[in-house]
Amino acid sequence: MKIEINGSRVEVVATTLEAALAEQGFTDKAVATAVNGEFVPRAARATLTLRDGDRVEVLAPMQGG
Amino acid sequence: MQFYGETLSTRLMLGTAQYPSPAVLQAAFEASRASVATVSLRRESTGGDGQAFWALIQSLGTRLLPNTAGCHTAKEAVTTANMAREVFGTDWIKLEVIGHNDTLQPDVFALVEAAAELSSQGFKVFPYCTEDLIVAEKLLAAGCEVLMPWGAPIGSGLGLNNVHGLTRLRHEFAGIPLVIDAGLGVPSHAAQAMELGFDAVLLNTAVARAGDPVAMAGAFGAAVEAGRIAFDATPIEASDVGSASTPVVGKAFLT
Repeated sequence: MKIEINGSRVEVVATTLEAALAEQGFTDKAVATAVNGEFVPRAARATLTLRDGDRVEVLAPMQGG
Repeated sequence: MQFYGETLSTRLMLGTAQYPSPAVLQAAFEASRASVATVSLRRESTGGDGQAFWALIQSLGTRLLPNTAGCHTAKEAVTTANMAREVFGTDWIKLEVIGHNDTLQPDVFALVEAAAELSSQGFKVFPYCTEDLIVAEKLLAAGCEVLMPWGAPIGSGLGLNNVHGLTRLRHEFAGIPLVIDAGLGVPSHAAQAMELGFDAVLLNTAVARAGDPVAMAGAFGAAVEAGRIAFDATPIEASDVGSASTPVVGKAFLT
């Protein structure tokens, strides 16, 4: 299925958020996730089922003021 | 100085953005003796740019204050705050809800809404606000135990744009920790804020974009300290007439 990760459209085999993150190389990283604008806690990633067209945000620590 | 029951060693909070290099950032923090570092969340590349930064800020040894910079709605800010809490492992959040693109003036209505929601979710909210007294009151009612009024628009370097308004705010909320956040340009601005009785200052651009960020960081650290000592020493009242400091009694009669 096709989903959007950080604004880029990607094709994934995975059906859960956790598997999609692994597939895209985000494993073991200090990141936080949201799907369609809703925060998805780390513990809920394995049970969150992705649907075609979902918008996934993967955010990491960055410089800020 | 205590914020939400936590004691900080100094009254300077410093941002982590816009430094010429990670090494300069690190040296600037050391020179400033800032006790809090503000940080942010942005989209992670598959290359993992954020991970190196994460390692760097953990080595600073300061308290972290994640922000919701760039958020324009209460919902966006609440979601960002939740993501920040998970990544940074802190319930402290610098709440920014921007309302005006040129001045970066906060949308105070959305700010109060987001502050209430986040407080109910257990966050310790540091709201970036203006010197408006009623907004301050509503933020406290929403659960905030600290307020962060702007000195001037973010990154402008103008200093304290409305000294009288800020002084009024300080007097009205005598027992509430108040932090001047944004707009400072030079160390004298920070000293002025401290002399007025503000509890701390938060700045970034004035240090990071200075010709020598490390030296400027040291200067800001010293100014914050000097300003606080001056406040504690109770400054004299200003007057528009002169009064001689040298005694008149005993002066020779020489005419």
